[in-house]
Amino acid sequence: MIQLHNIDKHFGSQHVLKDVSLQVAPGQVTALIGPSGSGKSTLLRCINLLEIPSAGQITLGDASLQFGHGHAQPGRQDIHRLRLQTGMVFQNFQLFPHRTALENVMEGLLVVKKWPRAQAEARARELLQQVGMAHKADAWPGTLSGGQQQRVAIARALAQSPGLLLCDEPTSALDPELASEVVAVLRQLAANKMTMLIATHDLRLAATLADTVVFLEDGRIVEQGSSRQLFLQPQNPRTASYVSTLKEGLPEDW
Amino acid sequence: MPEWLKLMVESLPPLLYAGLVFTVPLTLLSFACGLSLGFVTALVRLYGPKPLADGFRFYVWLIRGTPLLVQLFLIFYGLPKAGIVFDPLPAAVIGFSLNVGAYTSEVIRAALLAVPRGQWEAAYSIGLTWAQAMRRTILPQASRVAVPPLANTFISLIKDTSLAAVLTVPEIFQAAQRIASVTYEPLILYTETALIYLAFSSVLSAGQQKLEARFGQHLHQAQETK
Repeated sequence: MIQLHNIDKHFGSQHVLKDVSLQVAPGQVTALIGPSGSGKSTLLRCINLLEIPSAGQITLGDASLQFGHGHAQPGRQDIHRLRLQTGMVFQNFQLFPHRTALENVMEGLLVVKKWPRAQAEARARELLQQVGMAHKADAWPGTLSGGQQQRVAIARALAQSPGLLLCDEPTSALDPELASEVVAVLRQLAANKMTMLIATHDLRLAATLADTVVFLEDGRIVEQGSSRQLFLQPQNPRTASYVSTLKEGLPEDW
Repeated sequence: MPEWLKLMVESLPPLLYAGLVFTVPLTLLSFACGLSLGFVTALVRLYGPKPLADGFRFYVWLIRGTPLLVQLFLIFYGLPKAGIVFDPLPAAVIGFSLNVGAYTSEVIRAALLAVPRGQWEAAYSIGLTWAQAMRRTILPQASRVAVPPLANTFISLIKDTSLAAVLTVPEIFQAAQRIASVTYEPLILYTETALIYLAFSSVLSAGQQKLEARFGQHLHQAQETK
């Protein structure tokens, strides 16, 4: 079970997340939508502790951490334990440019999990196969297209079998064709019941991939519900106006 | 054989001896110490507590703002007045190391900052610790950026070691002075000395290219396939 309780985040005087509570059911895909600056990315980064929440509680599987007044600063071990429950996919891929595709996927297994090289390599090759990148195992990231890089990045994020995959605008840096190959990989993961939380501007992606959609604005959850409900019968007028841009672009059979 | 060539050939062994026994070890040792000092300085200034970082900033300011020759004189001729006495060679190594440390710290600091923040985050996100991220993700990328300016510092250092002559270290330049003073052939001797320094730094420039190729493997291949 993945649970966020009353997460608050301040950057100096800026209050970017306000009392955000969220549950992600295992095996489900949740999309975070909302305008730029609404706090989608910050929320994802708070979950894997690239940012430390100012207050609140995060529970991932059997690891749980509380933040804010009355709670000790989380220690390195705590952060590490919670972080390993998640995999992170970044908007601009952030593959290690000095390592091949294969080495990128192996890195965590070798350094964090301390697996023997042969075992790590076998696992990495299997993951590259899954994302359709087995043929580019020995390529440097700089020689790959954006879509290919993102697929390798997904394999890297999955290497240590996290319970939750966080995707921060996974297709925003890609043209529609390259984005579609990344979306295909995400769809396949969803079909295999990978729990995912995806921040995206792409409402079409949110509508067709996510089971649950959360509309975030100004650091607050405005509305959440099944993707059908949120896109077809939004309760909040603000949600309605935000998702209205999608209506024309919806697939026929949706 | 013309007279000038004969003199050059005859003085080559003592000059090369001075180079191999004093100039080269002095350079290598000073660069190794200086680079370590520069690395520590860069790390403290980027990631250390403020008072300590300020201390190292003061050190860089002091060394970069004063002439190397004055620093060497201070260490070798000045400090004994305060009861701190060094032999010529250690005095030279200390002076050069402090100097190299100050300059390389800025190179290393810039190179570390040149690696995008997202690389730290990617490393953290797969569970690497700060030290692991630094060693495996950041340093290899920063090295590629740092090699050319570090090679600059190294080559400057080879030539700067000639200043050790004034601390009575019998390196190449001092050997040349000694021979020139008895043969009265400064033009020939100092030309030969210049050529020896040139040869030494040329060898090192070749080393720089090797290092660049090694740290930039991924870049070269990327360019080839494009």
